[in-house]
Amino acid sequence: MKVKQLSLFLENKPGTLSRPMQLLSKAKINILTLSVADAQHFGILRIIVRDWEKAKKLLEKNGCVVKVTDVTAIEVSDRPGGLADILLVLEKAGINLEYMYAFTLKRESKGMLVFRFDDPDSAIKVLQANSINVVDSIELFKRLEI
Amino acid sequence: MSKHSSQLNMFHPLSAPDFLPLRQLQALQLQRLQGMVERSYNYVPLTRSRMDVGGIKPKDIRSLDDIVHLPFTVKTDLRDTYPFGLFASPMNEIVRLHASSGTTGKPIVVAYTQEDIDVWSNVMVRSFAACGLTRGDIVQNAYGYGLFTGGMGAHYGAEALGATVIPISGGNTPRQLMIAKDFGSTAICCTPSYFLHLIDAAGEMGIKMKDLPLRKGIFGAEPWTEAMRQRIQAESGIKAFDIYGLSEIIGPGVAMECECQAGPHIFEDWFLPEIINPKTCKPCPDGVEGELVLTTLGKKAMPMIRYRTRDITTLTSEQCECGRTLRRIKRIGRRSDDMFIIRGINVFPSQIETALLQVEGAMPHYQIILTRERDLDEIEVQVEVTADVFSDTVGAMEQLEQKINKSIEATTGLRAKVRLVQPRTIQRSEGKAKRVIDNRKM
Repeated sequence: MKVKQLSLFLENKPGTLSRPMQLLSKAKINILTLSVADAQHFGILRIIVRDWEKAKKLLEKNGCVVKVTDVTAIEVSDRPGGLADILLVLEKAGINLEYMYAFTLKRESKGMLVFRFDDPDSAIKVLQANSINVVDSIELFKRLEI
Repeated sequence: MSKHSSQLNMFHPLSAPDFLPLRQLQALQLQRLQGMVERSYNYVPLTRSRMDVGGIKPKDIRSLDDIVHLPFTVKTDLRDTYPFGLFASPMNEIVRLHASSGTTGKPIVVAYTQEDIDVWSNVMVRSFAACGLTRGDIVQNAYGYGLFTGGMGAHYGAEALGATVIPISGGNTPRQLMIAKDFGSTAICCTPSYFLHLIDAAGEMGIKMKDLPLRKGIFGAEPWTEAMRQRIQAESGIKAFDIYGLSEIIGPGVAMECECQAGPHIFEDWFLPEIINPKTCKPCPDGVEGELVLTTLGKKAMPMIRYRTRDITTLTSEQCECGRTLRRIKRIGRRSDDMFIIRGINVFPSQIETALLQVEGAMPHYQIILTRERDLDEIEVQVEVTADVFSDTVGAMEQLEQKINKSIEATTGLRAKVRLVQPRTIQRSEGKAKRVIDNRKM
């Protein structure tokens, strides 16, 4: 049920985000979703692509530091309280959340949440026990590309 | 008559050797050199074995020129014999130990007998006297006290001169300024960059440097420039003098500028200077730039034979207007190895390497960037991020930065800015990587 996410180290200087984007663009790798975390001196780019192995190889060959992390994708109805309900479940179960980002699906009134957990397996168990729709990569890509 | 010679009779009596005729000076040097070589050969195993290998005995030193037959001593010799291996006196004759940073975590240890301390005080008295300090001056000694030779060296010298010493040590800028004002300090000893910092801080505190009784600054322990001197003098109204020294030889007081401010005079009756080509190790004549090599002529506890300072300078025998016969060196602008001096602390890139290695998994490419911001030296260490240490969470990466920071502080005593950079962004030059970029414009 886990989805592979690529994280890239970004130095804090102009052009640093553009370079990996150019590389992926030339290789015709589509980014399904992304988020950028910024600290004082550096940033971390997180992306989800379909062929993550190819993207990783390409980026590494061109000097990027890339890390593969398992993240959890959750489908939620695009309405007020959609995220709040899920967070409540996680809180009650004492599941620690490292970070998250969200996006909406164009043709459905659904939101997609990407969570990075310390312990994704127990998180997924808790979420599914609470009838929350955890989406695997195949399902995720399918929806993103409708 | 030169314009300063009329002041000759007001010099401190201990300054007499500053004016020795060359022939007399050289006779004194040879006599002391022979004694020192004998002592070192008899009591320091490293000297003995090296001289034996070179087939030279103490009695072969018949003239000052024979010094070229003696082996060099380098900084690593002090490290390799850590802590006491180069001592020529038993511990019950050694009255003081000092230490300075070395190439690894271990410091370099230097020792003094009472006689050595007296020689040190002697050259420091002559240093202060050379720039015109006398009994009655109030000397604010802002060099650090402790293992570092700067604080104690200046302290003993100023006391022996008969001046009033304020042993304030380094740091605490507002207190430095308060004391300077309230105690009426007439002279200050510190690094030139720290004094520039004091000038700026005074401005912020509403203190006018020119209203203070301060009139002389004895600045050393780090490289500085003529432009800095001009700025210091223009903004504070004091006269700024360059003092040169190094712990391995004695500490501060190896050479000092006179009132002509025309480059430090080496106290040649105690320290015999040579200039060599750092690559070929062949001697250079006066006026030709090379590496300064010093031999101690009076050190009992730790004689140094042909110590390679790594400082690049020239030696001039041109007569100085002050009348001193002692040769002068040009201000030290650079060094022949990659050691750098920041905020008065000697740092080797290998120390930064050690610090990086100690941080889990990290021995990446790195580069040290030195800058001078508002006249204070800043050190930035750029470290290339590797896949081993990279994490997708910001917290983990910030922790890594902090770990590197702490490790550098633990090995060098310096607070550095740590900047994580992308791989392959640090330039690789052919062969040896350029580890230090000095942008301090000196």
